[in-house]
Amino acid sequence: MNLAFGFALGKGGNAPDLPGSLRAEPRLSRWLRFTADGTVILTPGKVEIGQGILTALAQIAAEELSVAPHRLRVLPAATGTSPNEGVTSGSLSIQESGIAVRHACAEARALHLRLAAGRAGVPSGDLRVEDGTFLGPGGTAAGSYWAQAEEGLLEVEARGDVAPRPAAERARAGTAAPRLDLPDKLFGRPRFLHDLRLPGMLHGRVVRPPARRAALRGLREGPLPGDAALFRDGAFLAVLASEEWAAEAAAARLAARAEWETAESLPEEGALAEWLEAVPAEASDVIRREEPASASDPGAAHTVAARFQRPFLAHASIGTCCAVARWEGDALEVWSHSQGVYNLRADLAIVLGLDPARITVRHAEGAGCYGHNGADDVALDAALLARARPGHPVRVAWSRAEELGWSPHSPAGTVAIEAAVDAEGRLRRWRSTLRGNGHSSRPGRAADPTLLAAAWLDPPFATPVAIDAPLPAGGGAQRNAVPGYAVPSLHVTMHRALEMPLRSSALRGLGALLNVWAIESVMDELAEASGQDPVAFRLRHLESDPRAAAVLREAAAMCCWPRTPSEEGIGTGIAVARYKGTGAWCAVAAEVEAAETVRCRRLWIAADVGEAINPDGVANQIEGGAIQATSIALKEALRFDRMAVTGDAWESYPILRFSEVPAVELRLIDRPEMSPLGAGEPSLGPTVAAIAGAIHAALGLRPRRLPFTPENLAADMA
Amino acid sequence: MALAFTLNGAPVSIEAPEEMTLLQALRGPLGLSGPRFGCGQEACGCCMVTLDGEARPSCALPAEAAAGRRVGTVEGLGTPEAPHPLQTAFIAEQAGQCGWCLSGILVSAAALLAREPDPDEAAVRAALEPHLCRCGAQNRMIRAVLRAAAAMREGVAA
Repeated sequence: MNLAFGFALGKGGNAPDLPGSLRAEPRLSRWLRFTADGTVILTPGKVEIGQGILTALAQIAAEELSVAPHRLRVLPAATGTSPNEGVTSGSLSIQESGIAVRHACAEARALHLRLAAGRAGVPSGDLRVEDGTFLGPGGTAAGSYWAQAEEGLLEVEARGDVAPRPAAERARAGTAAPRLDLPDKLFGRPRFLHDLRLPGMLHGRVVRPPARRAALRGLREGPLPGDAALFRDGAFLAVLASEEWAAEAAAARLAARAEWETAESLPEEGALAEWLEAVPAEASDVIRREEPASASDPGAAHTVAARFQRPFLAHASIGTCCAVARWEGDALEVWSHSQGVYNLRADLAIVLGLDPARITVRHAEGAGCYGHNGADDVALDAALLARARPGHPVRVAWSRAEELGWSPHSPAGTVAIEAAVDAEGRLRRWRSTLRGNGHSSRPGRAADPTLLAAAWLDPPFATPVAIDAPLPAGGGAQRNAVPGYAVPSLHVTMHRALEMPLRSSALRGLGALLNVWAIESVMDELAEASGQDPVAFRLRHLESDPRAAAVLREAAAMCCWPRTPSEEGIGTGIAVARYKGTGAWCAVAAEVEAAETVRCRRLWIAADVGEAINPDGVANQIEGGAIQATSIALKEALRFDRMAVTGDAWESYPILRFSEVPAVELRLIDRPEMSPLGAGEPSLGPTVAAIAGAIHAALGLRPRRLPFTPENLAADMA
Repeated sequence: MALAFTLNGAPVSIEAPEEMTLLQALRGPLGLSGPRFGCGQEACGCCMVTLDGEARPSCALPAEAAAGRRVGTVEGLGTPEAPHPLQTAFIAEQAGQCGWCLSGILVSAAALLAREPDPDEAAVRAALEPHLCRCGAQNRMIRAVLRAAAAMREGVAA
């Protein structure tokens, strides 16, 4: 958990020794409660974003409390009632929330057993729990959580003195559990925020400017369909109607009647590396480490120097962002699929000039979320429109063009690496220079709001330039920029751009997408230059990280490394990384077929996430991350001209389709005795890197530009 | 204008303005949640419905195109109490992550199995090609469709 960066401490947040998010919110009743009718209500601060976290948290609670899983109800987070667990991001939910739930439940169980034992006149240790009922020696009934639900036992702060169940005794955590949310989604029942239908609800749509820099000069008069009405604040232009079709039709008409004065503000799409060299930037050292050179220092025998670059990327969720807001008196209620309800509330309060205590943000599920998308932005859109119609809930849903074109984007970047091995083929020196925009524009962390519409109001708010968290907090651009390999001389610097033509923020993996690929490519090149097998070369430098070596060996064994190409144009690459240097380990081997375009045919993945609470959920996340990374590696780049994002439709921002999805074989190295680590992001970097290595094996060229399209590969060859 | 058609086997009639899409009609006056908006450009499959048994996107189709026809959505496939073999198979394979794409994918898969009871993997991929899944659960979905097909051929639950 990160206390230094963006993690709000709760009122009791003075308990540094407590595990996970109990540090921020030690009061047990904020995490769980029992009901007299036999239900456990769990109230975590982390949110379901399609990753299955609520199912895993329920498993952990059922385990520690010894209750049947069907008794668990996991409530979506809401400001005021849920612990403030910051943002659901960084593959940290199991580490932060899961560990808190585990310890809170262990303490809750102990408190309940102590009371029951006292009443039964037996020592606590003589009681056992069977599906929430307490049984004494000989099976005599001694109460239950449900009978003691009203005793107020959980109105205390955690003490951190009750050991959770040891790994060997776990019965539920560590087994495949079906997702709690999946049935609703398979039977078409209302489950998503988008399905919320409140009495008197109005539908809003926003009309975005045609350029990133634009001033609204006029609006031609004309009728709007149905009961649609216009809303305008500065250059924030929107419509409201009682039916969705009318709101959409009205927005289209209004867009055609708005007169904008536009100006160029975006860099040349084809010259991003040059733009990043020229843009004002804040330079800092990520790491600088020199071991004293010995007298027998053999010096560099082979050197590799290369620059790698990546484009801006879109989140490209299949659903579009949506929010519902309602003003009642001087209070605002917002339903949002934000990753951080408290963070969103903080920025809403700034823009609306409202005391945060008057705002309630309730989480409701949205379509797949892979980082900081437009969920927070659309919540402000809805709140602005709701303020104009007090008493009416207002639902705003984004168009596909807004989703792809106006959500925060994952920033373009470059990394230049120069590295050397000695005559013995051991790494001597490593120099990296990173350039790019920061990877976080999340709300709730700065004096100015980061929400999209805020910059278009009258008066406008300044948009803060994206930042990068410090490395101990996971980093941003520099995430995974420090190689996990032993090297005596290491220097990594970063240059965070101080201008932000496209609002940039966190997308699954952040800097790891570029950094892991670049590092693994250089490792392949050094191995080749020094005549070593790339797997053996890596293993020589992973002696201090046996779990990295283990996943690499496993992936190599799965794909029968070294693989000799069976036919022309076929190649296999392999890569490994420990996510963030502190998270899960993942190795990936990829087989590609390079014809007119590159197609990834197969992936072999080995991962170590420590204890896997729900191994099937972990497998789903790791494979899903690898398939998303395949899409990023082979297809994705945000298109734009000097005025606006032009890649705002599926035709202009294509992602992987069914026919292009590789077969995946996946193995988890089971370590139930080790701490659980997040599974959402570790596979992305190694997958991009393995595909790049496979392209080299197939074509003999080293990719230097993402995505690995025929155009970019041709440029690399030139 | 007044619009009447058959929705999941039952007759319905609504007032449908000219600019209303079939998806807006299904989610608006008809109150369904299964068909979902994804792009409005027939490019992602989230809004897939059947029109006289054939799968097609509903997001850009004028509602009036459904007049007098049979419209099917995921709500018509099965219920938790009486699931379609596809729904059983998707749960068995845990074939999904965020779930946004699922109702459209089930509609296309059901249309496939209705015309081709024994598809191979390539046929399943081809039938699902109009659908996007950003979470990367495609391999699980393909396995689930093949599992459901086998179950339906054997006349048992998946």
